[in-house]
Amino acid sequence: MADSATTEEIADAMEKQVAAAQGLKKLKPGDLVKMMIELFGEDRVDKKACKKAIKLLIETERCVYTYFGGSFIEMPHKEGAEN
Amino acid sequence: MAELPETPLLDELEKGPWPSFVTEIKQAAEHHEEARDLLGQLERSYRERIGHWKHGGIVGVLGYGGGVIGRYSDLPDDFPGVSHFHTLRVNQPAGWFYTSKALRDICDIWEEHGSGLTNMHGSTGDIVLLGTSTPELEPTFKKLTEKGFDLGGSGSDVRTPSCCVGPARCEWACYDTLGLTYDLTMSYQDELHRPMFPYKWKFKMSGCPNDCVAAIARSDLSIIGTWRDEIVKDDAEVRKYADNGLDIFNDVVLNCPAKCMKWDGEKLEIDDEYCRKCMHCINAMPKALAPGKDRGATILIGSKAPIVEGALLSSVLVPFWKPEEPYEDLKDLVEAIWDVWSEEGKNRERVGEFIQRVGMGNFLEAIGLDPEPEMVAFPRENPYVFYDLSEDEDEDE
Repeated sequence: MADSATTEEIADAMEKQVAAAQGLKKLKPGDLVKMMIELFGEDRVDKKACKKAIKLLIETERCVYTYFGGSFIEMPHKEGAEN
Repeated sequence: MAELPETPLLDELEKGPWPSFVTEIKQAAEHHEEARDLLGQLERSYRERIGHWKHGGIVGVLGYGGGVIGRYSDLPDDFPGVSHFHTLRVNQPAGWFYTSKALRDICDIWEEHGSGLTNMHGSTGDIVLLGTSTPELEPTFKKLTEKGFDLGGSGSDVRTPSCCVGPARCEWACYDTLGLTYDLTMSYQDELHRPMFPYKWKFKMSGCPNDCVAAIARSDLSIIGTWRDEIVKDDAEVRKYADNGLDIFNDVVLNCPAKCMKWDGEKLEIDDEYCRKCMHCINAMPKALAPGKDRGATILIGSKAPIVEGALLSSVLVPFWKPEEPYEDLKDLVEAIWDVWSEEGKNRERVGEFIQRVGMGNFLEAIGLDPEPEMVAFPRENPYVFYDLSEDEDEDE
């Protein structure tokens, strides 16, 4: 059985996905979980590990939660509405 | 402090005998620039018939994905006091019981860090603190947590669980709504502060079928108290109601939706097998009738107000449940529902809409719950029993 991906590994991969999607598509936490399972495989990550990685991303301010009709995860940015 | 702006249109809303939010904002405007500019912007919106709020974006304090509703003015130069006007949702105590000191603490914090305007309470049940700027969010949160308060839910997360006053004030409570609400709030802190779902998820707990928090119409999971034995009846008290002028036949018996009561002018009879637990008779004669002694709750799923789609009422999921700490059976059920809905639900699709899309039968199979005859959309109508009329007609022929 393959080794489980670490929280840091998953968080790094999530951050890359969020950065790549910035300005093109808003990603929900559930989208990121599905992406990580596809990327690492079900034998290396599960939902619980993904939740921990999201928590790490948010608490280290590498990503932020936003709301536009639903909740999304994005790269930190100046609020467009603030302008 | 500058003078209040002229607000002839808003002033109309102060006329009449009712409390007026305009009056309240004017009082706050004596001390807060935010409230003064709020009056100015609102008057302008009424005059121009257009809203001047921009909504969304920022949603929380560090680590949280909910609890703050971002709001900005699109006229920041004209109304700088409301250029940021974020709302904070603060998790209310179960049943909304406070000491006066706790209320003063909240108001003092909000006077210092916000507009001073509150909404006690929002339709979510939370304490709603209206109007602050982005730099004030973290200091407000810090002071609230020092006083034992936390932010509530917003966005695609578990919204702040809410309940009626339950057994703390009401003899009809069929279970401890406050205890269950507190337990769910503490058990699902992660889900409350970190949005993980396709859309919002609301728990609402009512102690009896009077459903004082309107759980059946507003929550994704409604837990409504009920009983499965007989209504407790005191014949002497029934007689007193009649002697004091209550028209039991017209006002109670004829209003029973199940028609399961009889009144011969002397004695009230109830056929409890047919009782639909509507509470009408108990509400009409509270000293004479009471819910039965074998009490528990019905778990219902899927209601919502109209936002993306139309309104839905809840459907029965578990006809009778005995709530007992630590409520593991309920949590297993909830987490099975979350797994299926998170996996298969579309963006902004509430669980009730999801069930409509996939079908209740498929949904029950996916969460591992066997269908039961009591899982009804309407009392006395069973969606799982189908009568083949053509066969009956053939037999008649």
